[in-house]
Amino acid sequence: MMNAFLQATIDFLKLYWAPLLCGLAIVAILPLVVGYIVLVERKIMADMQARLGPMRVGPHGLLQPIADAVKLLIKEDIIPENADKLVFWLAPVLSVGAGLLSLAGLAIGPAFQIAQDINIGILFVVGISALGIFGIVLGGWASNSHYSLMGALRSSAQLVSYETAAGMALVSALLFTGSLNIKSIVEAQSKEGIWFVLLAPVAFFTYLVASIAETNRAPFDLPEAESELVAGYMTEFSGFRWSLYFLAEYTNMIVVASVATTLFLGGWLRPFASVPWLNFLDFLPALLMVAVGAYCVVRVPKQPTRVQQMFMVAVASLCVVVALVLAAPVVLPIIKPSLRAAVAPFYAGIHGGFWFIFKVSLYIYFFMWLRFTIPRYRFDQLMRLGWHFLIPLSIINVLLVGVALIAGSYFDLHGWGLLLVTTPAAVLALVAALLILGAEKQRDARQNQPAASDFYAG
Amino acid sequence: MLDKVLFYFFAGIAVASAALMVTRRNVVHGAIFLITALLATAGIFLQLRAEFLFIVQIILYVGGIMVLFVFVIMLVNLDVALQQIQFARQKWVALLVSLALSAQVALMFWSSGKMPGQGLPVLTAAAAERLPPNSETVAHSLFESYLLPFEIASVLLLVAMIGAVVMAKKKDVTP
Repeated sequence: MMNAFLQATIDFLKLYWAPLLCGLAIVAILPLVVGYIVLVERKIMADMQARLGPMRVGPHGLLQPIADAVKLLIKEDIIPENADKLVFWLAPVLSVGAGLLSLAGLAIGPAFQIAQDINIGILFVVGISALGIFGIVLGGWASNSHYSLMGALRSSAQLVSYETAAGMALVSALLFTGSLNIKSIVEAQSKEGIWFVLLAPVAFFTYLVASIAETNRAPFDLPEAESELVAGYMTEFSGFRWSLYFLAEYTNMIVVASVATTLFLGGWLRPFASVPWLNFLDFLPALLMVAVGAYCVVRVPKQPTRVQQMFMVAVASLCVVVALVLAAPVVLPIIKPSLRAAVAPFYAGIHGGFWFIFKVSLYIYFFMWLRFTIPRYRFDQLMRLGWHFLIPLSIINVLLVGVALIAGSYFDLHGWGLLLVTTPAAVLALVAALLILGAEKQRDARQNQPAASDFYAG
Repeated sequence: MLDKVLFYFFAGIAVASAALMVTRRNVVHGAIFLITALLATAGIFLQLRAEFLFIVQIILYVGGIMVLFVFVIMLVNLDVALQQIQFARQKWVALLVSLALSAQVALMFWSSGKMPGQGLPVLTAAAAERLPPNSETVAHSLFESYLLPFEIASVLLLVAMIGAVVMAKKKDVTP
């Protein structure tokens, strides 16, 4: 019995050591990545508000995330006396667990995917990441505080409303692939030679808005609206538990950005991967890293202390190393053509990873840009936008894209030719959107009163 | 070996949390145990290589219906609800029905043990690589073999949905 069990464990490890190791790496690295995303967000916020942002810890505040992490870890851990202790303990863990688990389904490059080739790929990612809502709702309930409960209620209502729109947007994009497997989705885009964002722009827009609402980001951050609810569902959480919620929120951002990248923005494909005369774009990643390194070197004399100057040089040399790694698979075949086959998998892995992370970063940057540009919605406005505008629009769009695809197969169109049928469909969807908005306006005029706000609207 | 361990793990969690769900007095705890039971069932689906059923179970039951359950529980005034009688007094009927059900299940097991191939079907596991992709299989059976029942069911659901909207709308008729 014991021997059989041991044998089974060994067999299991033999089969699955690579995914286990990758999973462990992600759990270890992700908090650091999230910390730096927060730093970047603060820097972007500072830039948009014409100030400097964190500058004290390390040059340009580069070590700020580590200082923040230390602070959060050694903070006092407070559990309210009347809280439901067990649920209070469980809730943040649930949120983080769901976020981390859904990362397992994502493919960062053609070879780098923890749960390799699952048949239901994209559904797995979307479905598991939606479970994080229980962490928010249960945390809000367990705190035994009215602000928390309000935040929890708002967030569950918001998520349920926008999940439908997001799902419909995914369906319109999936119509082009005919598969849920993440690899097949990207390969379909590489085969057609065109990203689905061009074929289904309305679906991309719907997914963009819905994904902001689902991750509780501004302008839809009603569950944690500080001017109304203190901090919403996180009000009673402090220290490490609070940082777990934070981690979950940013993990969810990464997940929705990755789903959008995979489905609409061509996953790990280079822009115009099928156009041979644009192959010089392969040098772009390396040149970008060299430029960043050069900028760091230029800034060295401006640093106030000797230590900070050395730190800048270190960052610059790190950039150069990354640039060398990125350049090697492109330059080597040019010097020695016989190496092309040997280098190909490295090229796919390294450059695929670069482009994937680049697109995900752009998507997240767009989130931040919106956050500092658009003021927060009111809760009833948010619900109306979801139910009266996005859901009808996304359902109409699914129908239109389906019709366009049938027309496309009738005329035997492929790749860029598909634009001939999908562009009219997108235009029709836009007309439908305008009609919906017009009907809304008319209804408002008829009622001649501001929308009645329900009791959890603040 | 590993299969058996996983099966008993999931099955044990499902049964235990189902029992806990019924016996907890706190409604939110009950909801949490119901979620655990549903997730464990999803795990068994996954073990049967029914990936599509696994994710549908999670998206629909856990991510959709249970979120609405929890939402409603939080809108209900729990302090008042706790003072009311929580259980319907149908002990004897419930006992009778559950006894009849377990007798049925026991009979099935007994008869299949007695005459192999008669009661429970004896299934042999297919090799993993020979299984057809799961979501495609589900789609084929839904939209080819059972198209009419599928459409009838969807019309039924649509009717229920419209009915719910109409009933909810009745309250605030705009002048």
